[in-house]
Amino acid sequence: MSEIKVYKIRKVKDETPFMKTFTFVGDLGAKPGQFVMVWIPGVDQKPFGISRQTKNEFDVSVLVRGKFTKAMFKLEAGDKCGISGPFGTSFSLVKNKKVAVVGGGCGMAPLGFLIDELKKNKCKVTIYNGARSIDNVMFVNRFKDSQFCTGDATLGHEGYATDLLEGQIGKLNPVMVYSCGPEMMMQVVCEICSENKVPCEVSMERYMKCGFGVCGQCVMDPLGIRMCTEGPVISCELTKKLAEFGNYYRDKSGKKVNF
Amino acid sequence: MTTVKFLNKQFNGPLVLASGVLGVNASSWGNVNKHGAGGITIKSCSLQPREGHPNPTMTGTKHYFINAVGLSNPGVEEVVKEVEVFRKTNKTPLIGSVFAGCVEDFGKCAKALAESAVDFIEIDISCPNVKHEFGEPYAFSPDATKKITAEVRKQVKKPIIIKLSADAPDIVAVGKAAEKAGADALCAINTMSGMAINAEMAAPVLSNVQGGVSGPAIKPMALKAVWDLYENVKIPIIGTGGVTYGVDAIEMLMAGASLVGVGSAVYFRKIDAFKLINEEIEDFMKKNNYKTIKSMIGAAHK
Ligand SMILES: Cc1cc2nc3c(=O)[nH]c(=O)nc-3n(C[C@H](O)[C@H](O)[C@H](O)COP(=O)(O)OP(=O)(O)OC[C@H]3O[C@@H](n4cnc5c(N)ncnc54)[C@H](O)[C@@H]3O)c2cc1C
Ligand SMILES: Cc1cc2nc3c(=O)[nH]c(=O)nc-3n(C[C@H](O)[C@H](O)[C@H](O)COP(=O)(O)O)c2cc1C
Repeated sequence: MSEIKVYKIRKVKDETPFMKTFTFVGDLGAKPGQFVMVWIPGVDQKPFGISRQTKNEFDVSVLVRGKFTKAMFKLEAGDKCGISGPFGTSFSLVKNKKVAVVGGGCGMAPLGFLIDELKKNKCKVTIYNGARSIDNVMFVNRFKDSQFCTGDATLGHEGYATDLLEGQIGKLNPVMVYSCGPEMMMQVVCEICSENKVPCEVSMERYMKCGFGVCGQCVMDPLGIRMCTEGPVISCELTKKLAEFGNYYRDKSGKKVNF
Repeated sequence: MTTVKFLNKQFNGPLVLASGVLGVNASSWGNVNKHGAGGITIKSCSLQPREGHPNPTMTGTKHYFINAVGLSNPGVEEVVKEVEVFRKTNKTPLIGSVFAGCVEDFGKCAKALAESAVDFIEIDISCPNVKHEFGEPYAFSPDATKKITAEVRKQVKKPIIIKLSADAPDIVAVGKAAEKAGADALCAINTMSGMAINAEMAAPVLSNVQGGVSGPAIKPMALKAVWDLYENVKIPIIGTGGVTYGVDAIEMLMAGASLVGVGSAVYFRKIDAFKLINEEIEDFMKKNNYKTIKSMIGAAHK
């Protein structure tokens, strides 16, 4: 259930100056939206979404932030990591339908795996891929069919991915919208989808310790549901019952921090 | 589930959530209660917030669970706020758990938490995972236990429960010391010192190297601790350690526990553990003609 298996890195790809994709050898058997805990002995162990998966490989795509991700950026092909999982809920897949995907920054990571599966299911996928600046846009070459947006106009439209979704959702009429990125962005996606009566799923980020539902660190108020187990992928309907959504989260000690 | 009386408080069933599992805040306590826990022990808190150890902080196999969370908590002040939130909608018995690095701070922290709407104060003198900070657990020493219990007794009117360790050379001596110094109840046992190694990585799994073992592997030691305490003290015992199925809870009651703590079962049987164990207890009672939980307490002592 929580056992750590050791996987070898097959290759490391630079996505941007701040983002790398690590390809591991092995059959993980994850569903899109699920995550793994990646362990580097002597450093730490942290949660990451699966950004691509085939029968015998899987990717995690990482934005460099602090101690752990810096250590990860030093890893090369041939190095090993301890990996447990996959954990958590996954995105609901549909077939032969029009859908939209809204990603913000490294939130595109789990959406990459999702987009692959949706396309395999013959869905027509509209991709909105936004970030602050070009250096934070993931998968520029992997999904050339994306509508890119950047806050500083270094790539694609100037502004937010949610502006594009809002302008196009009526005409597009998707059966589902999927989103992962900064919580404020996902909050806007949920509002747009609610107004247009389109079902929507988002992937939440909360501080996770165990990753498998024991410690309680990642529960959200007031329902007390665990984002590692009842999440990270939750419906927009459910976010409305989670008063802390878009308002605050809890840090490593459990103390509330406002967004 | 039949109700159970413990230190004059009604519990909806004999199962209480053990400290440290899911017990971090009001919404989680509510969720665990909804899933069948008759009482909730809050994750141990300290005067100041603590981040705890880096990951991995816990892992499990079929036979055991092991953790070294390092007593992360947001500090007693935040926990008091969470208690107020909980009490707005829920009357379920709450056991507030505290730990500290010195006798005086145990008193201070217990006093601060006792001022909230918790029903009991549990004193965690037995965490094995912060040795480099606090030295040997106080629960190894009858003398240290006596001092801490007496200090908390001075500061707190609410019933106090002392949480013991089966790693102690003589747990009965420690239990008696707590009783003599004014404890109202005992909780036995905390996790037991151990470690896990990942062979492929040739490295300890827990960042802290050493951790506390819980789950099925420690049930025999927990039963023995409860058995011995029951024969030697008069105050009631919360029997904790390895309770995963209904029959484990029954055995714990028969060894002498008045309430049964459940922690790692959340790992082995998911959050439904409480509901499932409750159902299994009721089944057992029906089949074996026990009418009350009380009639099973200490039943194995002839
Ligand atoms: C379900 C889930 C999936 C994720 N998927 C990805 C992904 O695909 N790609 C990616 O780049 N990042 C992902 N993250 C975030 C990633 O876990 C953090 O960026 C990473 O832990 C940072 O560690 P650090 O030591 O480098 O930074 P730190 O300096 O320790 O932290 C930087 C920030 O990262 C976040 N963070 C740190 N530790 C955790 C933790 N244990 N749980 C949650 N958040 C944490 C906090 O917001 C913190 O402020 C995901 C998080 C979750 C919860
Ligand atoms: C992840 C985890 C964290 C724990 N944290 C605490 C704690 O903060 N305070 C405490 O008194 N006991 C703590 N414990 C010990 C439990 O309360 C319990 O005594 C022990 O796990 C044995 O019961 P079990 O086998 O049902 O888990 C913790 C246990 C686990 C598994």
